[in-house]
Amino acid sequence: MRTFKALIGIILVILSINISQAQNNEGQIHGNFQIDAQVYRNDSAIGAEVPPSKMGLNSYANLTYTKGNFTAGLRYEGYMNALLGYDEEYNDIGVPYRFISYRNDELEITVGNFYEQFGSGLIFRSYEDKSLGYDNAMDGIKVKFNPYKGVYLKGFTGKQRKYFDLGPGIVRGVDGELFVNDIFEFLKESNSQIILGGSFVSKYQKDENPVYNLPENVGAFSGRFSITNGGLNLSAEYAYKYPDPHPDASDLYNYNTKYGDVILVNTSYSKKGLGIYLSAKRVDNMTFRSDRNATLNNLHINYIPSITKNHTYSLAAMYPYVTQSNGEIGFQGEIIYNFDKGTFIGGNYGTNVTINFSQVNSIKTTPTVTTDRYESDYLAIGDDVYYRDLNVKIYKKLTPEWKIDLNYLNLRFNNNVMRLILDDSGTSTFGTLDANIAIVDATYKFKPRHSLRMEVQGLFTDQDKGNWAMGLLEYTIAPKWFVAVSDQYNYGNEDDKLHYFNVAAGYKKKANRIQIGYGRQREGVVCIGGVCRNVPASSGFNISITSSF
Amino acid sequence: MKKIVLVFLITIINSNVFAQNIPSVQIKDLNQKIVNTQELFDGESLTIVSFWATWCKPCIKELDAYNENMEEWTEETGVKLIAISVDNTRSMSRVAPFVNGRRWDNIQFYLDPNEDFKRAMNVVNIPHTILLDKDGKIIWQHNSYTEGDEYELYDVIKEKSN
Repeated sequence: MRTFKALIGIILVILSINISQAQNNEGQIHGNFQIDAQVYRNDSAIGAEVPPSKMGLNSYANLTYTKGNFTAGLRYEGYMNALLGYDEEYNDIGVPYRFISYRNDELEITVGNFYEQFGSGLIFRSYEDKSLGYDNAMDGIKVKFNPYKGVYLKGFTGKQRKYFDLGPGIVRGVDGELFVNDIFEFLKESNSQIILGGSFVSKYQKDENPVYNLPENVGAFSGRFSITNGGLNLSAEYAYKYPDPHPDASDLYNYNTKYGDVILVNTSYSKKGLGIYLSAKRVDNMTFRSDRNATLNNLHINYIPSITKNHTYSLAAMYPYVTQSNGEIGFQGEIIYNFDKGTFIGGNYGTNVTINFSQVNSIKTTPTVTTDRYESDYLAIGDDVYYRDLNVKIYKKLTPEWKIDLNYLNLRFNNNVMRLILDDSGTSTFGTLDANIAIVDATYKFKPRHSLRMEVQGLFTDQDKGNWAMGLLEYTIAPKWFVAVSDQYNYGNEDDKLHYFNVAAGYKKKANRIQIGYGRQREGVVCIGGVCRNVPASSGFNISITSSF
Repeated sequence: MKKIVLVFLITIINSNVFAQNIPSVQIKDLNQKIVNTQELFDGESLTIVSFWATWCKPCIKELDAYNENMEEWTEETGVKLIAISVDNTRSMSRVAPFVNGRRWDNIQFYLDPNEDFKRAMNVVNIPHTILLDKDGKIIWQHNSYTEGDEYELYDVIKEKSN
């Protein structure tokens, strides 16, 4: 027996030598660390409270081992306790993500956790976003198969992550994508490129409902195409979901037996110095989760992308759009034009102008007495405006020292539908908000590696908390140091004219970065010193460390 | 059994921690055609891989700065620049008109809508820039962008291309 074991040992050593010689690929370990911590301070003026644990700390470490065609990885996550704004169910420590994967030219097999997306994600997208506390990683088996050039097949089955646990439902799916020009000889030289794709996803969850007889298996399918010719692209995807009765706060959607569907169309044209983009979307009853009783951001199987521009300047990001997977219809258009240098508008260095418009409305629904609960009209647009955004951006380098970025936004935001600003009883505190927002972002370079960035922002509205002003100064010494001060002032708030003052400093070297800050944080996306991250409302001292290796 | 574990451990410990060849991940070009990340490297020159998104302001500043300098850097050292957009399907279709509208003519663009390549390269936040040698091994990386960071990158490129 002992000889047998020794023999296996020797064979393994020989094998490992052979693999590394044959592929000239030694085994490697890589990964990253991320620590975000905050010590909280009582600040009754802004409603910031100290949690019982006094501080919050989110920590992550990824480790990946690769050797030849073999990869294994894991992620440690520790929340001690979770930062405010993250669900308390995260308060735990563990290794919720681990996988082993093997790949050769045609085939890739993964067991354990994985992320994946079919097409635009309309019926399946598994992904993570640490800053949102979102992670619906699959735990199961995934196979990718590439039998011929231009043919890509995928299949998976598994359960979804819910905090440090798994949801009760099983999700499985298949997807195929064909690059048509690779398959047909006569299209190889064609100027047009055509891609076709299709997927099917289904979930299984036991029916334990005492009142209703619910379907235990619910399927969804989708088809998509993309055609490109020179600078012109047209792509579209349609997805259909079979009836999936589930609880919902709205009567029309509460345990209805209506099918769901969504269509998404994107088209763009571009050439040097000009880009045009148009997008349209209609969503009807497309909430799709692996647990029909799940709430919040838990156990979503699909992803319905928003059709509005994602703003990141603090005041512009104050009233962001939230996708309504129960129903919405909208479109977005954008033109980007570059006035070349040497022209009248272009000046010495060129001028870049972007105009973007988007609007999202309700879909037109008619209540019925059937178990479907409503009918919807494909060709009609509902009367309620959920969101509208017209924004203009002008970017210009004035001199070798000065760069300037001007932004104007006109927003309409329906809080009754978005439900972002609620009182203690969960009621929307205002209806529709109209706001004008102006932003000047200027950078002055003292020396090649020394520069000062200045932001002045104003948000003007009669609703919610009224007008806001914001200023920011950020001094950077490339490539290692930055220091920043900022203040957001809610001067239009009759009840309480609050300041949100903040100081921050950071040091980075290569892929290591450490940042400390002190002050009040309003909920939103914060970008300082070159990195963007969502930060919840709070007050106190914070520190953030990241490292990749 | 112990011996087998031991052999595995020795194999792992013996492996070189500092060298990483490019992982094999499916990403898309701007026409949405699937491309394997290993096909991006010709084995001849240094390559800069920069992770960015259309909604990320410092990323845009960084690519602006690189684009301005790229012609000169390529002529001098042969380096090329690949920018990987992590825009998800919300803004993925905006990438082509955006980069053309910005006249970023000196950069090759690819899409990583579900962040598979970003994860495989252990990137935490964007912008994140990685310099790879001709074999696809990481020789330098840099997180976030501040005005003037491009000079450091240029110094490293000059040093490593000799």
